[in-house]
Amino acid sequence: MRFTRTTEQQDMAEALRALFDAGDGAAIARSWAAGDAAPWRRVWAQLGEMGLCGVAVPERFGGLGLGPVELVTCLEELGRAGLPGPCVESIAVVPALLADTAAAERWLPGIASGNAVGTATFTEHVPRALDADAADAVFQCDGERATVAERPDAVAQHSIDPARRLWTIESAGEPVPGAQVAEAFDLGALGCAAQLLGIGQRLLDMSTRYVQERHQFGRPVGRFQAVKHHLANVAVRLEFARPLVHGACLAEPRHRSRDISAAKIAASDAAYFAGRIALQVHGAIGYTAEHDLHLWSTKATALHAAWGTTTWHRRRVAAALAAGETAPVGA
Amino acid sequence: MDLTFSAEDLAFRDEVRTWLRANVPAEPLPSLETETGFAAHRQWEKTLHAAGFSVVSWPVEFGGRDVSLVQWLLFEEEYYAAGAPGRVGQNGIFLLAPTLFEHGTAEQRERFLPRMASGEDVWAQAWSEPEAGSDLAGIRSRARRVPGGWRLSGQKTWSSRAAFADWAFGLFRSDPDAERHRGLTYFLFPLDAAGVTVRPIGRIDGKPAFAEIFLNDVFVPDSDVLGEVGEGWRVAMSTTGSERGLSLRSPGRFLAAAQRLVESWNGAAQLQDRVVDAWIGASAYRLATFETVTKVLAGSPVGPESSMNKVFWSELDIALHEAAMDLLGPDAELTAGSPAAPDGGAWPDGYLFALAGPIYAGTNEIQRNVIAERVLGLPREPR
Repeated sequence: MRFTRTTEQQDMAEALRALFDAGDGAAIARSWAAGDAAPWRRVWAQLGEMGLCGVAVPERFGGLGLGPVELVTCLEELGRAGLPGPCVESIAVVPALLADTAAAERWLPGIASGNAVGTATFTEHVPRALDADAADAVFQCDGERATVAERPDAVAQHSIDPARRLWTIESAGEPVPGAQVAEAFDLGALGCAAQLLGIGQRLLDMSTRYVQERHQFGRPVGRFQAVKHHLANVAVRLEFARPLVHGACLAEPRHRSRDISAAKIAASDAAYFAGRIALQVHGAIGYTAEHDLHLWSTKATALHAAWGTTTWHRRRVAAALAAGETAPVGA
Repeated sequence: MDLTFSAEDLAFRDEVRTWLRANVPAEPLPSLETETGFAAHRQWEKTLHAAGFSVVSWPVEFGGRDVSLVQWLLFEEEYYAAGAPGRVGQNGIFLLAPTLFEHGTAEQRERFLPRMASGEDVWAQAWSEPEAGSDLAGIRSRARRVPGGWRLSGQKTWSSRAAFADWAFGLFRSDPDAERHRGLTYFLFPLDAAGVTVRPIGRIDGKPAFAEIFLNDVFVPDSDVLGEVGEGWRVAMSTTGSERGLSLRSPGRFLAAAQRLVESWNGAAQLQDRVVDAWIGASAYRLATFETVTKVLAGSPVGPESSMNKVFWSELDIALHEAAMDLLGPDAELTAGSPAAPDGGAWPDGYLFALAGPIYAGTNEIQRNVIAERVLGLPREPR
C-alpha cells in the first residue's frame, strides 16, 4: 500500500506544470475560442514530443503504454492549465476505444505523436463532438458500435465555455469493428474527472491570490472570516475528491464503472463549487470576459454535465450499491 | 500508487476478523454514556486487551502489537464492520497516549500506559473551560507552585465521560503573567483526588455524557506534569492534531455506518442521492487517510491537513445520519428501550453523537480558519 504518486508520476506532473507555467493557457484558450488554432497546435506538438499525447497508447503504436494513474496525472495538469481542445478525447478516449481493433494501426501512431487529433461522441452522454473542426478523426459511438469519419458534415453549436467548440455530426462514418465503447466512455468520464480536479484547483489558486490582493475596508478581503470559510470549503471538497479519482484508477475491474462514477461526481461537484465560490470572492470583475476567471469557471460548468451528469452517475453508483457492490472505492 | 496490502497485512486482518466474529457481544452493550453502560464497556476493554487487540499499534511492552499504521487502519475497519462496541478508553488511548509517547518520561509511560491499555484507568479530557472552548489559550484554571508539586484550582467543562472516568488530562496556567498560550502546563490528575468535584452534565438526550470538573487546591506531584513546565501549549498541540486527524476518527467507523445506511436504504428510489453521497464520502475519507498514512510512513508530519479531515468527517457523519433518519421516517425518533425502535435505536443515538462533531475538537469555524490561514496562506484574523 503506497497511495501517493511515485517519483516518476510526480516528475511527469511537474514537467507538465513547468511547460504550462512558461506558456499562457488563458491566451491559448482565447485564441482557440476565436478560431485561431495555431497557439494550441504548438503546445500540442510539445506534448507530442514529450510523449504525453500517447501516455495511454500501447508502445507498439508509439505511445508510452502507461496506466490510468499517469493518464489522470496528465489530464489534471491540462485542466489546471486551462488548455482547450479535445484533450480527454484524443489522449484518453480514442486509445481506449481502439485498443483491440484493426483501426488502431491506422490512428494511434499519429495520435500518440501529437500529429493527429481525435474526438468522439457517445449518443446519450456526449452527443456533440468537441472540436470536430480541428480533429483528424471523429468517432461516433452508439450502443456497442462505433464508426469513424475524417471530415464529417457538422453543424456548429455554441458552448457556455467559448473554448469548447461543439459540433453536431450529420454524416455517418465507416464502422470500427471491435471498438471498446463502454471502456472508452468510462475512460472519458475518468479523464473528465481528472481535468475537473485541475480546473477546480486552479480556480481555488486564482481565488486565494485574488483575495490577498484585493483590499476593502482597509485590509485584504482574504482576512475576513466569511471569505476564508468560502475558500476553506472549496479546499476541503477538492482535497476529498482527489483520492477518489486516484482510487478509481486502481479499482478492481468489477467495480471500475462504479468507482469512476464516484470520482466523476466528486470532481464535478468540487470543481463546479470552486467556480461558484471563485465568482463570489472575485466580485464583479470575475463576471467579466476581460478577466481570465471565466475561462476556467465556464469550463467547470460545461464539464459538470459532460461525460454523464452527476445525476446519471449517482444512479449508476446506486445501482451498484443496490446490487451489493458496497466494497469501498479502489477496493 | 497502489492500494494492495501485503500478505502480513491480510493475515493480520483475517486474524482480527476471526477473533471479532467469535467475541463481539451479540447484543449491543448499553450506551457508554450511562453508568451501567460505562461499566460494561470497561469490561469489553479488558476482554479486548486480554486478546491483544486493545492497542494494536502500541509497542509490545505497553500491551500493544506494534503493528503498522496500515494494519491499524485495517483493524479499525474490521472493528467497526463487526459492530464491536464503542471504545470507552478512546480519550486516553488516542488522545493522551500519543502525547505520553512523545513527551512523557519513561516512568510516566510505564505507570500510565499499561493500565490505560487494559481499561483499568479510563481517562477524560479536561481541555475546555467556561471561558475557553476552541480558544485553548483563554484557559484560566491555575497551577500554583508548592514544594514537591503544584496546586490546581479552577473549573473545566464539557469533559467527555468524566462522570465515570478515573483520571483526567488538561492544561493549567502555571505562569499568570505570561501572555495567552505561553505559561501553560500540561497536568495529569486523578478524578478522585482531594479537592476534585465532578458534576455530570446531561447531554442533549439527558445522558451524563460529559461533566464539569471543579478543582479546589488539588495537589499534583511534579511527577504528573507532562512535558516541560510552561510548554503545555506545545505539548497539547500534538494531541489536538491526533484528535482532528487520523486517530480519533479512523475511516472504519464511517465505512461501517455507510454500509448500514446502504442496507437500510435497500435500493429504493427514495433518498438515493443522499445515500450514494454518504457512501462516496466514506470511501473518500478512507482513501484520503491512506494518502496521509503514506506520507507519514515516508516521514512527513501530519500538518494542518488534519483540520480538513475534521471538517470533512464531522459533516459526513451528520449527512450520513440525517439520511438514515429520513429513511426511518416516523420510527427515527424511537430511541433505545423502545420495543419498536429499528436497530435498537442505534440511528438516533448516532445522530445525536454526530451533531456534536462540528462543535468538539475545535469547532469547524476554527478549523476553517486554520485551513484558510495555514493551508491556503491567507492573512490571519485580527486577534
